[in-house]
Amino acid sequence: MSNPQLEIQLIAAIVAVACAIPGVFLVLRKMALISDAISHSILPGIVIGFFITQDLNSPLLILFAALTGVITVILVEVIQKTGLVKEDTAIGLVFPTMFSIGVILIAKNANDIHLDVDAVLLGELAFAPFDRMFISGMDMGPKSLWVMGGVLLVSITLLILFFKELKVSTFDVGLSSALGFSPVVLHYGLMSVSSVTIVGAFDAVGAILVVALMIAPAATAYLLTNDLKRMLVLSVVFGVFSAIAGYWLAHLLDASISGSMTTVLGIVFLLVYLFAPKKGLISVLYRQKQQRTEVSLITFLLHLNNHTEKSERHINHLQEHINWQKVRSKSVVDLALKNNMITIDNHIVSLTEKGKEFTGKALDYILTNRDDKIENIKDDFFLFRG
Amino acid sequence: MNEKLAISVDDLTVAYNYKPVLWDIDLEVPEGVLMAIVGPNGAGKSTLIKSILGIIKPIAGSISIFGKPYDKQRKLVAYVPQKGSVDWDFPTTALDVVLMGTYGSLGWIKRPGQKEKKAALEALEKVGMLSFKSRQISQLSGGQQQRIFLARALVQNASIYFMDEPFQGVDATTEIAIINILKELRKAGKTLVVVHHDLQTVPEYFDWVTFLNVKKIATGPVKDIFNDDNLTKTYGINYKVAVNK
Repeated sequence: MSNPQLEIQLIAAIVAVACAIPGVFLVLRKMALISDAISHSILPGIVIGFFITQDLNSPLLILFAALTGVITVILVEVIQKTGLVKEDTAIGLVFPTMFSIGVILIAKNANDIHLDVDAVLLGELAFAPFDRMFISGMDMGPKSLWVMGGVLLVSITLLILFFKELKVSTFDVGLSSALGFSPVVLHYGLMSVSSVTIVGAFDAVGAILVVALMIAPAATAYLLTNDLKRMLVLSVVFGVFSAIAGYWLAHLLDASISGSMTTVLGIVFLLVYLFAPKKGLISVLYRQKQQRTEVSLITFLLHLNNHTEKSERHINHLQEHINWQKVRSKSVVDLALKNNMITIDNHIVSLTEKGKEFTGKALDYILTNRDDKIENIKDDFFLFRG
Repeated sequence: MNEKLAISVDDLTVAYNYKPVLWDIDLEVPEGVLMAIVGPNGAGKSTLIKSILGIIKPIAGSISIFGKPYDKQRKLVAYVPQKGSVDWDFPTTALDVVLMGTYGSLGWIKRPGQKEKKAALEALEKVGMLSFKSRQISQLSGGQQQRIFLARALVQNASIYFMDEPFQGVDATTEIAIINILKELRKAGKTLVVVHHDLQTVPEYFDWVTFLNVKKIATGPVKDIFNDDNLTKTYGINYKVAVNK
């Protein structure tokens, strides 16, 4: 592995981590689309900042462009507060306007500026190692590595300091406000960090793909954990993995690095979406199927419980009576037999002691709807697990 | 009745988009009462609580808690928002939600430690939810979620408790458990302000009541003012049937 290769992967990984952290809070606050709005709206800020500083990696430019991002958020809120348009419409109005101002500025000044629309949309990580930082003649490595490293450091420091405030204001705005943690301050704090991160990452991954880096790792982690800290850690892991795997995919395919990173993010999300142990699609479908069977089982057991006369408990009669199809009846009877809840003697079905006990409990729960009635059967049955 | 005023609201007017939802409210709540706020939908019950807690900025009027503005008295006040106001799919556990009640006394930046954790566990025990401490909050039933919210308020160890419909969507057992805790708090000298919907239970649960419908209709002891006259004024229809005592 050559030095520039290593540098590109390092930059990609740092960008991914820096994006994943605010991304978690955006996803939990149902504000994923705001990152899209910011990433587009900062373009005029970057262009104007470049006119002033003549340096795409200047900290001043980053702050200036980030300010455009925060202004976007304010504009969206102002428009929305008039009550004349909804939030999504307001977002859809503001960011294309801002973005197009940026596009026009680039086009009008194409000769003076090292920016073209392709790079704006998709970024160009491959060129990052060429723009180097020198301190008194010493090569300190790529500039964007330092810029993103700085952004990440600030972001992690703020996260550690204000973790509890961010958590409470994300979960319960009312309580946060009543406790004296101003939700407005925290909201704009988060928006500022997101804006700075997006501007910093812009050069590397562009306006469209930076959204994927913010949202996809958080969305993936959300499906795997019930703990905010773990969600943050997992997002970082997914981000870094996709950055590095994406780099090598791009190498293999001779394609865009940022495009490949995003593709890997998409694939990782899809896999988790399908196979996550609790919240994954397959697991959810399996649970639903089990629940259907269990509802049938209880219906069946209740029927047996209600009828002592043999004619009502003949296996064929049951099929006609409950009005199920053969396959379903068979799977329900099998399930009941497997759990030792019934015995079949000469085509007559009877409840066992265990079956009677279970039916009693289930009945108790159905009638009272009291949670404490089912705590002990939750473990055996999906149906009662909510 | 204690002579001290727990809450005093003067000329409070609150508007959403210049449409008043609370109009010139004067309200005095003595210390140590268990008070229900009743009124029809859209009467401004939640808005009144949120205005007192500084969550909504009023367009006119002033509010004081034990004689001082809310900002100075934050630590004396606990708040239980409506259960439906938060996303219960948030990745956190029951214990962690209760711990949030300690954040106010910690202030900015400082993290909860062993002392706070112990207080949170005690509060969970008080509401009968200790065995659920590690449960993800979406895996709790509606009644259990409400108990968690109550525990979070208990851990604040406040003098005044504001609760926005704590009985909404809970089963009968939980309702009894909650009201017993509220009565216990009142016995300990706390003041409780509860937005309440079920008029039938007002005389049984509360000793103080405020009728609200954009304007304040009446406020005082349940035994004196909880009558057909005030109910009719508040709800606009004859409520005789509802309060046959």
